[in-house]
Amino acid sequence: MSRLPKRGNASSQDREGTLDTFPLFPTEGPPPVGPLRVPSVLHLIGNTPLLEITRLSTDIVPGVRVYAKLEGFNPGGSVKDRPALSMLQKGIESGALTPDKIILDSTSGNTGIALAMIGAVLGYPVELCIPANVSMERKKIISAYGAKMIFSSPMDGSDGALDLCRERLQEQPERYFKPDQYFNPHNSLAHYQTTGPELWWQTKEQITHFVAGMGTGGTLMGTGRYLKEKNSAIQIVGVEPDDAFHGLEGLKHMDSSIVPGIYYEEQLDRKISVSTEDAYETVYRLGREEGVLVGQSSGAAMWAALQVAREIDQGIIVTLFPDFGDKYLSTNLWIGWKEYNQRQAQNQAQGAV
Amino acid sequence: MSAQVRIPTPLRRFTGGAEAVSADGATVGALVDSIERNHPGIKERLCDEAGEVRRFVNIFVNGEDIRFINNLDTPVHEGDEVSIVPAIAGGSFCPGLATLDAP
Repeated sequence: MSRLPKRGNASSQDREGTLDTFPLFPTEGPPPVGPLRVPSVLHLIGNTPLLEITRLSTDIVPGVRVYAKLEGFNPGGSVKDRPALSMLQKGIESGALTPDKIILDSTSGNTGIALAMIGAVLGYPVELCIPANVSMERKKIISAYGAKMIFSSPMDGSDGALDLCRERLQEQPERYFKPDQYFNPHNSLAHYQTTGPELWWQTKEQITHFVAGMGTGGTLMGTGRYLKEKNSAIQIVGVEPDDAFHGLEGLKHMDSSIVPGIYYEEQLDRKISVSTEDAYETVYRLGREEGVLVGQSSGAAMWAALQVAREIDQGIIVTLFPDFGDKYLSTNLWIGWKEYNQRQAQNQAQGAV
Repeated sequence: MSAQVRIPTPLRRFTGGAEAVSADGATVGALVDSIERNHPGIKERLCDEAGEVRRFVNIFVNGEDIRFINNLDTPVHEGDEVSIVPAIAGGSFCPGLATLDAP
């Protein structure tokens, strides 16, 4: 039996997977299956849960279901644990990453955190080129894993960090191993080998659309390739900012950026552009209505997935939330929060009259 | 009043690639209008329909975030350095946090 009162939400009551079918704290039956004991934190990477989105999708026909893969459940807190582990593993296997080397890369955040965490476990020093204006939370997380940061100008964004990293590598190429997530095929391969099969299994082979943001393109390319091999009718939808000048951290406006070497636009069925404001408000809604606090790139992905959901009569749409929102609490993401709440209160008051 | 305004990479397509432009005005709002006159299209990237600075845009006057001063009415003095910085890369809006020091 459900322990929580149900909200008066017609469409979520109709669906399976409500609290009645999955009691919150089961007292009968076998214990839950899961990694109860692991030899290292790296063994906790992947196998993230799929959450059904029921409250943001109330205007969507019952034949369409929307799910989000919660990559914030990875131990480093983001989807980037997958490619980081895969690129370092391959580096060690191929002999490119030897114990005397330093792991060096440019990253505006989550990949840096993942490399720092994995470097700590495997015993490699890590140095990261980062735009100076990344949030204080990120700097502290990276420091906590023992990695070193080299800051580039906040004016030049992630491309500035990329240039700084290249210079450093050119000076002493023998000293470093650069995973190079923008060009390393093991970035997208990680998703081909893990994210893709997980989604195929988690949706009982019923997935019809995969909607995900584009940063390096790794998630979309790797997962997309796997899903297309399983069923070529599955639609692969890329999400990008609507303009070169945007506030969607982690996402790239491809036409105006250095295009990642692992990104092949022809593998997409479609691209959807999202404005920064729409993405931010979707983050607010996810917090208030679904109880999921995520970062801005998840807001953008959710917004685009809902667009797709409104266009079809039947289907299983899966999007991917790259991380949770705790790293962004001091960023511009929350500047519009107060105003949004006031607007909601006003709407509610008007509705009550 | 004339000030140098630093332009971030994604907006340099409006300034013919220039990293900084000079602009006239006694307030940040006036500077923005001045830049718009010389580089049409840039204002709509910086401000929303209501004329407020968009949420993800940070404007600094001598390193101070105008959100903590007086937004677009923040005064500008001769020779001040004004920077427009997008919040991309996790940009923090707290003054003093965009430093080159480790925490």
